[in-house]
Amino acid sequence: MKNLKIKKLAAVTAALATVFSITAYAEDTDTVYRTLEEIQEDGTINIGVFSDKNPFGYVDENGEYQGYDVYFANRIGEDLGVEVNFVSTEAANRIEYLQTGKVDVILANFTVTDERAEEVDFALPYMNVALGVVSPDDNVITSLDDWNTDDQIIVISGTTAETYLTENYPDIPLQKYDSYANAKNALENGNGVAWANDNTEVIAFALQNEGYTVGIPELGSKDTIAPAVSKGNETLLNWINEEIESLADEQFFHKAYDETLADTYGEEYKEELVVEGGKVE
Amino acid sequence: MPDLGLEVLLKGKNFIRLLEGLGTALQISMISVAVSIPLGIVLGIFMAGKNPLIKAVLRIYLEIVRIMPQMVLLFLVFFGTTRAFGWNLSGENASIIVFSFWGTAEMSDLVRGALISIPVHQYESSEALGMSRMQTYWYIIIPQTVRRLIPLAINLITRMIKTTSLILMIGVVEILKVAQQIIEANRMSSPNAAFGIYLVVFLLYFLACWPISMFAGYLERKWG
Repeated sequence: MKNLKIKKLAAVTAALATVFSITAYAEDTDTVYRTLEEIQEDGTINIGVFSDKNPFGYVDENGEYQGYDVYFANRIGEDLGVEVNFVSTEAANRIEYLQTGKVDVILANFTVTDERAEEVDFALPYMNVALGVVSPDDNVITSLDDWNTDDQIIVISGTTAETYLTENYPDIPLQKYDSYANAKNALENGNGVAWANDNTEVIAFALQNEGYTVGIPELGSKDTIAPAVSKGNETLLNWINEEIESLADEQFFHKAYDETLADTYGEEYKEELVVEGGKVE
Repeated sequence: MPDLGLEVLLKGKNFIRLLEGLGTALQISMISVAVSIPLGIVLGIFMAGKNPLIKAVLRIYLEIVRIMPQMVLLFLVFFGTTRAFGWNLSGENASIIVFSFWGTAEMSDLVRGALISIPVHQYESSEALGMSRMQTYWYIIIPQTVRRLIPLAINLITRMIKTTSLILMIGVVEILKVAQQIIEANRMSSPNAAFGIYLVVFLLYFLACWPISMFAGYLERKWG
């Protein structure tokens, strides 16, 4: 009996030792990412995009990736002279993909925040964004003050809307979903009274779905959307920054808007949404 | 008839993409089943055995699998192994590892349960009839164990097929992800497509799992 106890203790100690050595090792390994040179040598760049966020990153009926983010991703591939391998990411796992080097760049409508900037390196922005709240016409939410705590707001895990509401309105109960498609279904099924997300998302939703109104078009601070690379991947970061600056000469992002976003938002949101040459006014 | 937006499935390669997604889900779950069943049987026999150390280790393994949500295991294997060892596992391989790890543990517990559910008098009666140890297992114990095991194992297999809906979180585009992509790409032209497409997904899952249940029923009747 005593013998068994000792054996058990030994087993637990061994297991713990392994766990610690793994963590220690993890801290030692530095470059998880691939430099610009390594990517060019390999001939393929892995770019994480959304595959279910029309019109920024989605897959068309022929299985091809399309959208504003994808339009830029394809240009990156072209100018680097490499093939683009699109990786389907979710809002909640974008940082993890970069930290493990499983993708080289994230171009998945990634809003720049201070917390995220500690985990990944953002390049120059290519789009503006604020938060917005959309709700059904028969009960339009125009303010988050004096909230009835029986009502829930739908958010997507890992998005800026979730962080913002948790920090600034801790009393509002949130209903969290893992993907855009599920959150959208939840609002349509009336599982929550409103859906808080990037304002581009909710404006598009209200324009396309009758019976919904964006009661709060701009909530919180105005943010930008930018490509992100693994922390410390300077060669790739610098290349992307130079690329964004030089693309201003041909008004590339205005063209990208015309090709991909104009159908959804019309001309009226163009100057508001597009950031050209990385310069925010 | 309400508008289910099913015409979306006829656009381009949409329906074929959905079938390919089902193929991915089935491929990953079937490989995992093929690994889990034999390994689970072996481990289950050990768990029903007498060696306390082996039993303790297997017990810890089983509890880990029970406590950890599959989603956490998927993240641990897909991202964790890259962080810790620098392995660059594909999403598909990470899924197969997690599903096999999980399936083996559950299968071994089912085998253990089925084995210890055979009453001692079955062993004793066989001995009294002059059967050898081999004969006892072959003619008396194994047939009864297998019969008890079939419905449980089928349950596990269909559960493994359905749980593949989680692997979209590590970038594997399986049937549910394809469905969401199709719904999203057509949200302007067919805003009602979600219900219809989820209905088709349900039917496809059903078509994948139903023959397995039928086969199990057949086996139970044949041996019952």
